[in-house]
Amino acid sequence: MMIDQELVTLSRLQFALTALYHFLFVPLTLGLSWLLAIMEAVYVMSGREIWKRMTQFWGLLFGINFAMGVATGVTMEFQFGTNWAYYAHYVGDVFGTPLAIEGAMAFFLEATFIGLFFFGWDRLGRVAHLIVTFLLALGTNLSALWILIANGWMQNPVGAEFNLDTMRMEVSSFSAVLFNPVAQSKFVHTVSAGYVLGSMFVLSISAWYLLRGRNIDLAKRSMTVAASFGLASALSVVVLGDESGYTVSENQKMKLAAIEAMWETEPAPAPFTAFGFPDLAERKTHFAVRIPWVMGIIGTRSLDGVLPGINELVEEAEQRIEKGRVAYAAMLKLRENRDDAAARAAFDANKADLGYALLLRNVVADPALASHADVQKAAVSTIPNVPVLFWSFRLMVGCGLYFIALFAYSFWLASRRELDTKRWYLKLALWSLPLPWLAAELGWIVAEYGRQPWAIEGVLPTALGVSSITSAQVLFSLCGFVIFYTSLAVIDATLMLKYVRRGPDGLGLWRDGQVPATGAAT
Amino acid sequence: MIDYTTLRVIWWLLLGVLLIGFAIMDGFDFGIAALLRVLGRDDDERRVLLETVEPVWEGNQVWFILGGGAVFAAWPYVYAVAFSGLYIAMFLLLVALIVRPVGFSYRNKLADPRWRSAWDWALTFAGFVPMLLFGVAVGNLFLGLPFRFDADMRMTYTGGFFDLLHPFAVLSGLVSIAMLTMHGASYAAFKADESLAARAGNIARFAALAFLAFYLIAGAWLAFGIAGFVITSPVTGEGPSNPLLKHVVVQGHWFASLSAHPAFWLASALAVGAAIANFAFMSARRHFAAFLASALVCAATILSAGFALFPFLLPSSLDPNSSLTIWDASSSKTTLGLMFIAVLIFMPLVIGYTAWVYSVLRGRVTLEHIRSSHGGY
Repeated sequence: MMIDQELVTLSRLQFALTALYHFLFVPLTLGLSWLLAIMEAVYVMSGREIWKRMTQFWGLLFGINFAMGVATGVTMEFQFGTNWAYYAHYVGDVFGTPLAIEGAMAFFLEATFIGLFFFGWDRLGRVAHLIVTFLLALGTNLSALWILIANGWMQNPVGAEFNLDTMRMEVSSFSAVLFNPVAQSKFVHTVSAGYVLGSMFVLSISAWYLLRGRNIDLAKRSMTVAASFGLASALSVVVLGDESGYTVSENQKMKLAAIEAMWETEPAPAPFTAFGFPDLAERKTHFAVRIPWVMGIIGTRSLDGVLPGINELVEEAEQRIEKGRVAYAAMLKLRENRDDAAARAAFDANKADLGYALLLRNVVADPALASHADVQKAAVSTIPNVPVLFWSFRLMVGCGLYFIALFAYSFWLASRRELDTKRWYLKLALWSLPLPWLAAELGWIVAEYGRQPWAIEGVLPTALGVSSITSAQVLFSLCGFVIFYTSLAVIDATLMLKYVRRGPDGLGLWRDGQVPATGAAT
Repeated sequence: MIDYTTLRVIWWLLLGVLLIGFAIMDGFDFGIAALLRVLGRDDDERRVLLETVEPVWEGNQVWFILGGGAVFAAWPYVYAVAFSGLYIAMFLLLVALIVRPVGFSYRNKLADPRWRSAWDWALTFAGFVPMLLFGVAVGNLFLGLPFRFDADMRMTYTGGFFDLLHPFAVLSGLVSIAMLTMHGASYAAFKADESLAARAGNIARFAALAFLAFYLIAGAWLAFGIAGFVITSPVTGEGPSNPLLKHVVVQGHWFASLSAHPAFWLASALAVGAAIANFAFMSARRHFAAFLASALVCAATILSAGFALFPFLLPSSLDPNSSLTIWDASSSKTTLGLMFIAVLIFMPLVIGYTAWVYSVLRGRVTLEHIRSSHGGY
């Protein structure tokens, strides 16, 4: 049976759109939850009312965003079943566990305490409420941990083996899945990105209040918190992003080579291509500007480690496809006769490459009948979209470096109590608001689009993971999601803007109606 | 170490626990949302009703999310077949389940009556649709879904959305609607302002009677009108999770498993008894007792359906041998064991802090409180 490529494309498009959309809300939840916990901790320790008001005001915006994050997350939890049913069957034994534990350990925690965060102000003591806020932040971050353990396994499928009796991957070592180095570096990189985004949100909106001369005390204090938290996080994103580059180079050499548009294997230490126009058809990069040594040092942490180029990796893929075909043929024999010792031996020797044989399913109906040209075609399909990855990565890194500079400068201004003295700075902070979202979405593209053609690296090609549904059904739901999600985005943005415009001074949140006394020391 | 058979039975029971947790906790949210316009006659009353669920619905919804995650991890075949097979129904369900959180959070955030009225309608839809769809889905389990597996374990499904609307499945949808309406109204009766309690009590009592009628008709239909599924090959709980290794025929009726395990009848008896108790307590104005009775109805109804299907999880009408049973649709022994440990650690914690949150929020949400507060955040 051939795979319906139209169905695959539509399913991938729907997954990408719903995931990118969900990821507009999640990073803000991740970052803002800690900022709320910090602000409230200052309130509990200092007893100053303004810090409580800061927590409540930013908490209100947090709530608007949180609802969208929860709502769009529902789609993600169920989409593996609706649109990727074969994926769900093939790896559910491994991939389902972190998702389930995420629900039991993390999502329950955040979702149970978010209600008390809003409704508990009058019902709980100060310390008890602070604990609620802390548990809320902890829950959201643990949630990210389990999701990234699941995602890390897609990038680097450790601790699992194929079971012939059930035709799927099954867990062999859960601790390997849990302590997957890719999952760990992705977790810290992703949550740090969320912290940067949360800090930018607070920084930009506060800057707007300062430009308007409103809520000055609240805005300045908020900016101070955001600047410190943001600077630490921005540094951590870049440092840990580098760490995740290093772990990528260990197990996803093709992704790394594609990000760098490194067509040929370079003599160590490899240069870093800072600029250029990668050309997939000709397999070369036009107008490349190269910085010697840098790539080799980042990618291998050494001066003599060699990073393989795309062409060499395609040849490697070709060999693995040939070995995978042996495993695939042996698998078919074993299905007929479980006791076929020769087939068992052939299968065991080559089963690590079984996934590569499955790549042929995109090219021919029966992998056993594939010609050499088919194998070459399948091997070439392991090259992801180089220009998109090359540019997404560079834009993301550019944003990351800019955040360090902006937050460092904000921190310097805050420590000199000059946050409200420079209008150009306030405008810059305001207009920087969309950038962390851009960087976060680009990061998703680099990580997940760069994983293609694999759903599970080296194990299951994305195209094979689809459900046995019709393109028309997916087209229906895709259009539905686009219309539905667009309206929700409009509603969310309208509400967010209305609340920001009204601001702490205009919302009537506090019954005394007073703007907090000015001049109080932080 | 626990053997594979026991682990599968444990996970079958845990699946029941999750569904029951979902029906009880999220069920009253659905009920409140669906009844919002009927029970709440003006904006203040609707705000009261909403505030009874606003602080807790997010935690309640996790029962559903966790249910999805746990089915994915423990019963991957069920996750794959049910969600892709019921594709359009799932899409509608997702839309409803997305509208609901947003509606709960956003409805009171602006004072404009048009804004609020639009969200009230959206919430009515978002409460009603899942009730109906879950009931219809359960009804279809008894009829079997049209799917089969090939040797790669790739599933094909031959039905469409409207094929789900068999009269028995629609009846099952009505059971679900009556049950969760009763549950939501019972919650409102003890949690909302006293002035709403009588109205909510009347709705609950009416729904309890409707539930009894639909539930008994469905039982009779199952006993006489719908063929059951039976495994005819030797059954082992230790074998690999491969649904194609057994032989299944369609014969007799679904109550065969109840004849084999007479204790299973208790669930059905409990469902009927608890619905009568809900009616009686509500008439005696003992609202909290009535709510507990309606929670018991939810639990017993789900148990009775699960027991009647035993050992099937998802029968196939297209190719009975492809049917998913608790003996051949689970994940590996290792995964079931690990997940069981996770449940033992986290479930008591979850139940503990959820109970604490409810105790902090105890007491009725009064009209007076709503009129003096700044809004629903």
